Amino acid sequence: MKTGRQYSLLAPALFLLPAAVMFIIYVLYPIVQSMSLSFYSWDGISPDKTFIGLDNYRELMDDERFWTSLFNNARWLVLFMLAPVFGLALALFLNQTVFGIRVIKSLFFFPFVISQVVVGLVFTWFYDPSFGLLNDILGFFGIRGINVLGDENLATYGIIAAGLWPQIAYCMILYLTGLNNLDQEQLEAARMDGAQKLTMLTRIVLPQLRPATFIAVVVTVIGSLRSFDLIATMTGGGPYGSTNVLAHFMYQQSIFSYRAGYGAAIAVVLFAIMMIYIAFFLWRMLRTEK
Amino acid sequence: MFPTDIRTRSPFAQGSYRVALLVALALWLLPLAAVMMTSVRGMADINAGNYWGLPSQWMLVENYTEVFRRTRMAQYLWNSVMITVPAMAGAVALSALAGYALAKYSFRGNLVVFAIFIAGNFVPFQILMIPVRDLTISTGLYDTIAGLVLFHIAFQTGFCTLFMRNFMMAVPDEIIESARMEGAGELRIFLTVVLPLLRPALAALAVLVFTFIWNDYFWALILVQSDTARPVTAGLAALSGQWISSWQLISAGSIVAALPPVFLFFLMQRHFIAGLTMGATKG
Repeated sequence: MKTGRQYSLLAPALFLLPAAVMFIIYVLYPIVQSMSLSFYSWDGISPDKTFIGLDNYRELMDDERFWTSLFNNARWLVLFMLAPVFGLALALFLNQTVFGIRVIKSLFFFPFVISQVVVGLVFTWFYDPSFGLLNDILGFFGIRGINVLGDENLATYGIIAAGLWPQIAYCMILYLTGLNNLDQEQLEAARMDGAQKLTMLTRIVLPQLRPATFIAVVVTVIGSLRSFDLIATMTGGGPYGSTNVLAHFMYQQSIFSYRAGYGAAIAVVLFAIMMIYIAFFLWRMLRTEK
Repeated sequence: MFPTDIRTRSPFAQGSYRVALLVALALWLLPLAAVMMTSVRGMADINAGNYWGLPSQWMLVENYTEVFRRTRMAQYLWNSVMITVPAMAGAVALSALAGYALAKYSFRGNLVVFAIFIAGNFVPFQILMIPVRDLTISTGLYDTIAGLVLFHIAFQTGFCTLFMRNFMMAVPDEIIESARMEGAGELRIFLTVVLPLLRPALAALAVLVFTFIWNDYFWALILVQSDTARPVTAGLAALSGQWISSWQLISAGSIVAALPPVFLFFLMQRHFIAGLTMGATKG
């Protein structure tokens, strides 16, 4: 960028203005409002709010539903890390130039383009205990009567599997792009030296794929913590709240239980957890800017 | 190329690879294939529990017309279009301006502003939910298409500004400088010199944002409650609750709802992927 400036600073200010105004109104200021709201008791409708200090947070600490949701968020986060792994495996599998491969790659990417509501419906079907394909397959092996989404111990895993479907597709496309841009000379040199496949993968390919891995991990972490649509469409948090996550628990408390203050406190906790990852991402990204 | 090019292998290996490809693809899309099959079945199949075999009668036309006749699917689709297109245009326009300011002008706080846009793009929706709902109610925009459009423009601006700014960085400073020398104003430079260079980036961003907004469910749930403004995602979710046993209709509805972004994706595939994988090769 230039040091001897030939323009007034009015121009960039005016360019920034519309976006900044919208962003402040709909994103930045609401964050502050939610934080402040978490110190109030409020039904979300009536004009009066009562300041109750940290009471919402104290209540959260004793709320079993909160801990269930938090634990489920952790399960999502850990299991979602399979997406970059499977995405890489799929990308390695598909990175060939045979006839029709482009169409096949796009078909593999398909699940990411579809709305999560549709993904949720599709998997609800797949799991259905009376006619779902999963039970037909299990029945073939003599296992019967598994109701994935009706079982407290299985339901969350069932939803996470549905969530992994589009997420793997997303990671796959990131890795395919990365594989397309590998340094060919390094690969050839390693091949000449007779390097084994696995050694090449870990020593040469993976280091070059680091930017793709970084983005894949970031979007996967954010995606796992944001999970809402699938839970809302597949189980609505049930059975007995066993599939709730913070995002959905917050929605239920604020909209259905008329506890906007309590909901705001849940949102603040989720926000705080996500800020750890956001801060890490920003730090990494801005470091390369300087 | 990594792994090794399969074409250098034996014909048997090549053949096996092709077979493996098709099997993997069939397994991967199995859930979706099931929905498509169900959407062309008759009620007799559903009642008889024939969900996975071939349909005993093909009801393609009947089921899909039934969806539009018996439900307000057409209205939901239209609402989705009316929400998505203006929101997409608004977000792309605002972020092109903002991205240009951040990429090509040096001023204090430039990086901070950029960082705020990126961070805002990643926050959980729930931290915005109650205040945005209140704001929308108090401005009289609750349960209107305009209410959703305004929110989507604002929120998508975060991601879009990140995207536009990174693409604008690649525009050479010399082009802008020489336009200035010739006495062109800043807005004119932006509109006639910079924007035309960014057409591919704008296309990539537009298809991405279209898909994001079209597929939104959460905000449709929060800011809208009646059929007059409800987009197709929320409409479909509501319908699936009403017709518990008419799976052939729900599945036809699902296909209809999924079609526009899928169609757009195939039409603009290169742009779509270029947008989505931005940053996956450098940085």
